[in-house]
Amino acid sequence: MNFKKIDQKDVDFLTSVVGEERIFTGEGISEDFGRDELVGVNSMPEVLIEPISTEETSKIMKYAYEHNIPVTPRGQGTGLVGASIAIYGGIMMNMSRMNNILELDEENLTVTVEPGLLLMELTKYVESHDLFYPPDPGEKSATLAGNINTNAGGMRAVKYGVTRDYVRGMELVLPNGEIMEVGGKIVKNSSGYGLKDLIVGSEGTLAIVTKATLRLLPLPKKMISLLVPFDKLETAIETVPKIIKSKNVPTAIEYMVKDTIMASEEFLGKDFPDKSSDAYLLLSFDGNSKEEVENAYEVVADICLEAGAIDVLISETQERQESIWSARGAFLEAIKSSTTEMDECDVVVPRNNIAEFVKYSNELKNEFDIRIKSFGHAGDGNLHIYILRDDLPEDIWKDKLDKVFQKLYDRARELKGQVSGEHGIGFAKKSYLEESLSKEAFMIMKGIKSTFDPKGILNPGKIS
Amino acid sequence: MKTLVCIKQVPGTTEVKLDENGNLIRSGIDSKMNPYDLYAIESALKIKEQMGGEISVMTMGPPQAKEVIREAYMMGLDKGYLLTDRRFAGADVLATSYTLSQGAYQAGDFDLILCGKQTTDGDTAQVGPEMAEYLGIPHVANVKAIVEVKEKSIILEVEMPTTIQTVEVTYPCLITVEKGIYQPRLPSYRLKKKTKYQEIIELTLDNFKDKNEKRYGLSGSPTQVEEIFPPEQNTTSERWEGEHLGTRLYDQLIDLKFIYKTK
Repeated sequence: MNFKKIDQKDVDFLTSVVGEERIFTGEGISEDFGRDELVGVNSMPEVLIEPISTEETSKIMKYAYEHNIPVTPRGQGTGLVGASIAIYGGIMMNMSRMNNILELDEENLTVTVEPGLLLMELTKYVESHDLFYPPDPGEKSATLAGNINTNAGGMRAVKYGVTRDYVRGMELVLPNGEIMEVGGKIVKNSSGYGLKDLIVGSEGTLAIVTKATLRLLPLPKKMISLLVPFDKLETAIETVPKIIKSKNVPTAIEYMVKDTIMASEEFLGKDFPDKSSDAYLLLSFDGNSKEEVENAYEVVADICLEAGAIDVLISETQERQESIWSARGAFLEAIKSSTTEMDECDVVVPRNNIAEFVKYSNELKNEFDIRIKSFGHAGDGNLHIYILRDDLPEDIWKDKLDKVFQKLYDRARELKGQVSGEHGIGFAKKSYLEESLSKEAFMIMKGIKSTFDPKGILNPGKIS
Repeated sequence: MKTLVCIKQVPGTTEVKLDENGNLIRSGIDSKMNPYDLYAIESALKIKEQMGGEISVMTMGPPQAKEVIREAYMMGLDKGYLLTDRRFAGADVLATSYTLSQGAYQAGDFDLILCGKQTTDGDTAQVGPEMAEYLGIPHVANVKAIVEVKEKSIILEVEMPTTIQTVEVTYPCLITVEKGIYQPRLPSYRLKKKTKYQEIIELTLDNFKDKNEKRYGLSGSPTQVEEIFPPEQNTTSERWEGEHLGTRLYDQLIDLKFIYKTK
């Protein structure tokens, strides 16, 4: 790719748009902006800009388009596949300053927000109005536009679906700087191609989100969780399809093993309420009355016991929920802090194949003599499998990692799964995406990209 | 070992509402077991794992307070007592501890009585110690760790303002435990099914040794509550950027007296 390098003239223009306070160059850019949570290529942008309005974003984009400068949009940098790293340098647009809640529309049950708003801030705000934004990815300090661009899923996907199901409309800045709106506060839409749904999950390669209107639900009044111990992981995971078949849909079905729990305890310095067993399912239920929730969970609790659960432990108060879910929320960080380096596989398989896939990933541990940790969303078939480097020398690590990844992605494909359930492709998983898609699908993706961005300047080198 | 755990049902939220007389409105809002009592229950269970015996649980309240006894059964406690009588209503700290002491006296000779350090609705931390005074047994409050459980005594670590005290106390005695002494176990669904119809023994004033009505409920309560209100919430924050933030934070913590310089 032949992009223009940024010179003083470009910096002068960009400064004239945002002022001197919100532009950073060279050494002035924190090295955090050269990586994300997992991928460390340390490729730095030449200029970092913090726009505070759609107009600024549009002006910068228009200038970059005219001068063939690559632009990488970025939120909190909590991604796991390198999608927000400026691998070709150029301009990075940190959208974090645009973090206002613009409107709560209680008649249409929507909230309109700026892209840099944090998920945890949105949750707190809507819940204080007895409303509910269901997508619940583990990383609560991610931005909403980050969630939109990865089509983030999270724990409650089993019952409520994923981010795409909650985006009603967006204001976008296109690669040529034009401002465009897609969708709106409307519930239905059969008016041409679903551009809105195409932008969701596009990892900042098609347009920059400058505003989003999100769908809300009434806040369920009761939430409880069940922590279900099993003597082994296989029995736990094999129970999941039985739960789904029962039609009493939990909001979340997560699985976890003892050593992940122990790692999390150590990381947080807090005790988990039960660690007597090797494997657990964690189920959540919500509803509007204690009776409704109890009726639903008792059916499922009985199914678990019949399937071989040691017991079913009930968590229905705030303190108990926190003792469980704070540990669950820290799994990724805990695993990360237990090793020198790691990489992850975020495949999604049909739900009835999840036991098969988890078993397979455990076999690889022995075959390649490497530490592999996993936890994940058993209820929606999305697994998070982490391969840990520990003390391996660079060449052996790379070699083992490639081989393990290849086996995992091959197996996922055989089981009719997909490369990424919720973390995206970025550039870290590009080769696996290309392998998994048909030639036709891949060409259509490339065509869509070039229609939106004929010069290829917006977040280049990602997805396809 | 015969152990008794005293527990209380408290509002499930901290956003309490008051009626015109300044009393807590308890109807219509969710209730739960006082979180501190969960630590007392877990401590009792840990002691039983070592010493064997039986753990009873007691609460005072209207019939719906049975819910917390059921919850205690689901955590593995053996025998439940509900002290319930209209004449117990409106009790302050003094009347409550007297009622509980009468209940404990009636329920049997306990080697050890465990309470949570305090409740989250009353926050006085006095009921446990007062109850022990009425029973004429020694008590140790703010226990942060159980060091050793022996045949005739127990060794405890006590959280004092600036020190930790280690004490040994002989049975019978009463202790109130701090949050975090152990991580409380979760209620079990298996036990829920097993104890669904298990008896809860109800005691009224007529069952007590001291039947003097003037010692119970409103008439036994010298406390006059002038006002109850939730504590002020302060969510102001400062954001610092720049260099030498560590030093600045250190100085600020000293200025605010969160930490002290030692010589």
